[in-house]
Amino acid sequence: MAKSDKLVTRNEKIFNGVMTVVGIIISIVAFYPIFYVLIASFSKPIFVENGDVMFWLKGFNFESYKQAFMKDGIWIAYGNTMFYTIAGVVVNMFFTTTMAYALSRERLIFRKFFTLMAIFTMWFNAGMIPLYMAFKDYNLLDTRTAIIVGFAINTYNLVIMKSFFEQIPKSLEEAAFIDGANNLKIFSKIFLPLSKPALATVGMFYAVTRWNGYFWAMNLLQDDNKVPLQVLLKKLIVDKVANETEAAIVTANSLYSPTTVIYSIIIIAIIPMMIAYPFVQKYFKKGATVGAVKG
Amino acid sequence: MSKTSKALPINNRSYVKSSSKFSKRFRRDWDLFLLLLPGLIWYIMFAYKPMIGLRTAFYDFNIFKGFSGSTFVGLDNFIQFIQGADFTRTVTNTLMIAFWQLVICFPIPIILAIAVTEMKNKVVSKITQTATFLPYFISIVVVCGMTINFLSPSTGVINFILQKLGFEPIYFMVKPEYFRGVYTTMTLWKTAGFSAIVYIAAIMGIDQQLYEAAKVDGAGKWKQIKHVTIPGILPIVVVMLVLNIGKMVKVGYEAILLLYKPTTYSTGDVIATYVYRTGIQNGNYGLATAAGLFEAFVALILVVLANKISKRLSETSLW
Repeated sequence: MAKSDKLVTRNEKIFNGVMTVVGIIISIVAFYPIFYVLIASFSKPIFVENGDVMFWLKGFNFESYKQAFMKDGIWIAYGNTMFYTIAGVVVNMFFTTTMAYALSRERLIFRKFFTLMAIFTMWFNAGMIPLYMAFKDYNLLDTRTAIIVGFAINTYNLVIMKSFFEQIPKSLEEAAFIDGANNLKIFSKIFLPLSKPALATVGMFYAVTRWNGYFWAMNLLQDDNKVPLQVLLKKLIVDKVANETEAAIVTANSLYSPTTVIYSIIIIAIIPMMIAYPFVQKYFKKGATVGAVKG
Repeated sequence: MSKTSKALPINNRSYVKSSSKFSKRFRRDWDLFLLLLPGLIWYIMFAYKPMIGLRTAFYDFNIFKGFSGSTFVGLDNFIQFIQGADFTRTVTNTLMIAFWQLVICFPIPIILAIAVTEMKNKVVSKITQTATFLPYFISIVVVCGMTINFLSPSTGVINFILQKLGFEPIYFMVKPEYFRGVYTTMTLWKTAGFSAIVYIAAIMGIDQQLYEAAKVDGAGKWKQIKHVTIPGILPIVVVMLVLNIGKMVKVGYEAILLLYKPTTYSTGDVIATYVYRTGIQNGNYGLATAAGLFEAFVALILVVLANKISKRLSETSLW
C-alpha cells in the first residue's frame, strides 16, 4: 500500500512539472504576438526590417508613434469610438434592462410569446442584405443613430440579464407592492440597485463590442467625420492605404517606416482595452458562466 | 388608466398567479408592458421587419423602384446562384472552414481548460489564463492587421523565424493553400482563452470528493481526467457543441473579408463574403439575399443534425 502511494506521488510530481512547462509554453505562444508588436513599435525600422528584432527592442525611439499620431483622422476616429461606446452602452443598457425585466416577470401578458420572439432571433435572423436594406428604408444610412440604436439589444445579453432578474427573491417585490409601489418603481428602485453585478457584466460585454465594432460601421457610415477607430484602422493596417505613398525605402538612419508605424498604430488602438482588461476580466468570467449555464 | 390600476386591490398571491382576462391583466400591469415596449419595438424594427425584406430573394430587385416597381422572378435568383460559377467554391469553402473551426477551435479550449485547472503551480495557471484570454479583447481588425503584417514575406516576423530555420520566405496571404490554416490559427489565438472559461467554470464545479475517491481507487492523473473531469464537463461540452454548430456556417465573415484577396478566393471565399460582394458592394440585392437564405438553410440543416447527435451523446451521458 505504502509502495503504491509513493508511486502515485512520483508520477504526480512528473505530471505537475510537465504541466508547469506546458503552461509556460502556452503563455509565451499566446503573448508573443502582442509583445513583438510592442518591441517593434519602439525599434529602429532597419532592425525590424532585417529581422534583428525578435526578443527585445533595438534602437529605441518614439518616432513611429509621432507619425502614428499625425495620421489623418486618427483623433477624430478615437473621439467617435469614445462617443459610440459611451452613448451606445447607455442605449444598450436602457433597452436591455427594461425588456429583460418585463420578460422576467411571470405576470406579464403574453410573456412566453415575447420571450420566444426575442430568443428566436438567435437562431434565425434576416441576414446581411435585408438588414442593410432596412437601414436604408429608415433613412439611417450614414447616421450615428444607425450605429447606436440599430444595435441596441444583443439577445445573448438580454438572456443573461433576464435570468439574473429571475433569481431575485419574489418576496422583495411583493412587499413593495403592498407598500403601493408600481412596476416602474419596483424596477428602478429595487431590481436595478440589486443587480449591480449583472449590470456590470452585461455593460462590459456591450462596451467591448462597441469599442471593437467594425463591420456595420464600415457599411453604414461614409462620412470620414463619423467613422469609428476600427474603420480607420482597417484602412491603415489592413489595406495599408496611407502607407502606400511613402515608398518603403528604409535606410540605416530611418527612424520610422510603414511597418513600424503600423505596429505603433496597433499599440495605440489596443491600449484602452489593455487598461480596461484587468477590471473587465473578472466580470467576463462571471458573465460567460451565467450565459453558458442558461445557453 | 393609471387610476384604475391604482384602484385595483393589490394582493400578493392572486397578483402573481392571476388568470384573469387579457384586458384586466393589461389594465393592472400596463406599466410593466411599458417597460417591455422599447425592446419590443426594437425587435420589430431591427429583427422582424428586415425578415420581410427576405422576399427580395424572389424579385429582380431595383433599389430605386422598390418592390412595386421590381419584377417578381420566383426562384430565378436561387437558380442563378446555384448554377453560378461561385456556387461550388463558396459552399465548399464555407463547409471546409466550418469543419476546421470545429476540429481545431472547438476541442482545444477544452484541453486548455483541463490543462489550466490541472496546473499545480497557481501562478503559472493564472498567467496562462490571462495570456490566452487577452487576445479576445483585441478587435478583429487589429488581429487581422497583425496577421497580415506578421506574415509579410519581406518584413513579417513569421518569415524571419522561418528564414532563420533555413526556409524560404512564404507568401502566406496570396497563396490559396495557406488561407484556411492562417484563418483557423488566427481564430484559435483570438478565441481559445475566452472559450475555455466556460469549461474552467464547469471543472471547478466538479465535486472534489470524486477526485479523492478516484485517488483512493488508485487512479493516476490521466485516469482522473478520463474518468472524472471529462464525464463531469460532458453535458456543457454537448451544449456548447450544439450552440457552436448553429453558428458555424456563419463563419467569421468579418475576418475573412479582412484577410482574403482575389488570389485566395478559391479557398477563402465563403457564402457570406459572396453575399457581401454581390449585395452591398455590387448592389445585386435579389441574388445576394437568395444566397443568404441558402446559407441560413444550410445552417438549419446543421443545427438539426447537431441536435440529433447531441441526443445520442446525451443518452450515454446522464441527462
